[in-house]
Amino acid sequence: MTQHDSPFDLLARDDEDHRWAFGTGFTDPLAGVDTAVPEGVDAKALAAYCLMLGDDALIFSHRLQQWITNLPELEEETAVANIALDLLGQARMLLARAAGADPSLAPPVLAYPQEDRLAFFRTESQFKNVRLAEWADGDFAELVARLLIFASWRLALFERLRDTADPVLAAIAAKGVHELTYHRDYAAGWVVRLGEGTELSHERMQRAVVALWPFVDELFIDHQAELVAPSGVRGEVDAVLDTVFELAALDRPQVAALGAVAGRRGRDGAHTEAMGYVLAELQSVARANPEATW
Amino acid sequence: MRPGAWEVAAAVPDPELPIVTVSDLGILREVAQDGGSVTATITPTYSGCPALAEITAELRHRLVAAGYLEVEILTRLSPPWTSDWITAEGRRKLAAAGLAPPQAARRHSGSVPLTLLAARPAVSCPRCGSARTARTAEFSGTACKALYRCDDCLEPFEYVKEH
Repeated sequence: MTQHDSPFDLLARDDEDHRWAFGTGFTDPLAGVDTAVPEGVDAKALAAYCLMLGDDALIFSHRLQQWITNLPELEEETAVANIALDLLGQARMLLARAAGADPSLAPPVLAYPQEDRLAFFRTESQFKNVRLAEWADGDFAELVARLLIFASWRLALFERLRDTADPVLAAIAAKGVHELTYHRDYAAGWVVRLGEGTELSHERMQRAVVALWPFVDELFIDHQAELVAPSGVRGEVDAVLDTVFELAALDRPQVAALGAVAGRRGRDGAHTEAMGYVLAELQSVARANPEATW
Repeated sequence: MRPGAWEVAAAVPDPELPIVTVSDLGILREVAQDGGSVTATITPTYSGCPALAEITAELRHRLVAAGYLEVEILTRLSPPWTSDWITAEGRRKLAAAGLAPPQAARRHSGSVPLTLLAARPAVSCPRCGSARTARTAEFSGTACKALYRCDDCLEPFEYVKEH
């Protein structure tokens, strides 16, 4: 009989039972990828930008996950779950890239991989997502309107990032383009269906677009760390949104943009009240039980 | 005598679609063998695909079980995986299992045009071959499949999306 110091040795052994708990062996999503930052690329700027894009995806994904079991049809459950999963996958790679390029970003909670330290152990002001990502959807119309705006904008950025100097970020973007295309088309399909549907669905779709419009301008404000200037994609995104609004018989809202707080917006770590609730749910288990594994 | 490393690695089934292997799907890109050590290179499909950790573990497990002492699994992100890499054999297996294989992927180097309706040509029913089918959902049980219904044999089926 083989001797073991601890019964857990048996669990850790790589044998026929290595599937004993699927998902426990979560690995670095960039494991086996050459992650050296190429010469001529500013590692700090690269990390700061990956953090922004990663936070957008992480927080948006969490808001979509909150919809699961509450959607109107089974088909929408699977669609929204899959979109949330795509964004979570993008978040994992981007946060791992950010921490790899600038290890000082990740809080020193050594028991955790760097991507988890970024997700679970940063405070609200350290999150750099746009405020659109944290919005709590009041109904399905808000969900699809928010996804349409977010996916159209992110797709336009990722199209350009395919040519960025860092090969890892370029590869993440190239993969993301295919995913975001499906997300945008899914959301656009629903915006048109509801906008062109009944009197009530039209009214609620229009109301949703108006409610979200204050968050749109922030998406296109340039920030020093960005490798693709968001102001440069506004025309392309506007054209997509205008096409959808026309098909959906919706009016493009004329409402003021959400203001800055002492000059700071989401990218500077200034968030809306909604953000605290997202982080409480996202982080409480990891913070209460820092040794927990799952 | 060890079996060839490529044969061992190529036989690993996809955890989501066990009827096809990682080589049928084009996920396994390269296997380099040097005596008792092996380096296998894989390309992930979707960013959040949970099957990747499972595939990596299974590749390592089978190669070690086959007698290779040093096994390294590398991930190659670029060029990104496309459903065009699914082999003819893989497509035949998918169809035989009732899953419609993907059409040619649409490629855009510049901006991706918005598509709302009729995004793809008709998908033929893998059971009766009819082209009279309708999409019921663009996302099925996994991100890589859409849900369809055949208007002739009336059976629902899944379509592996072009990607």
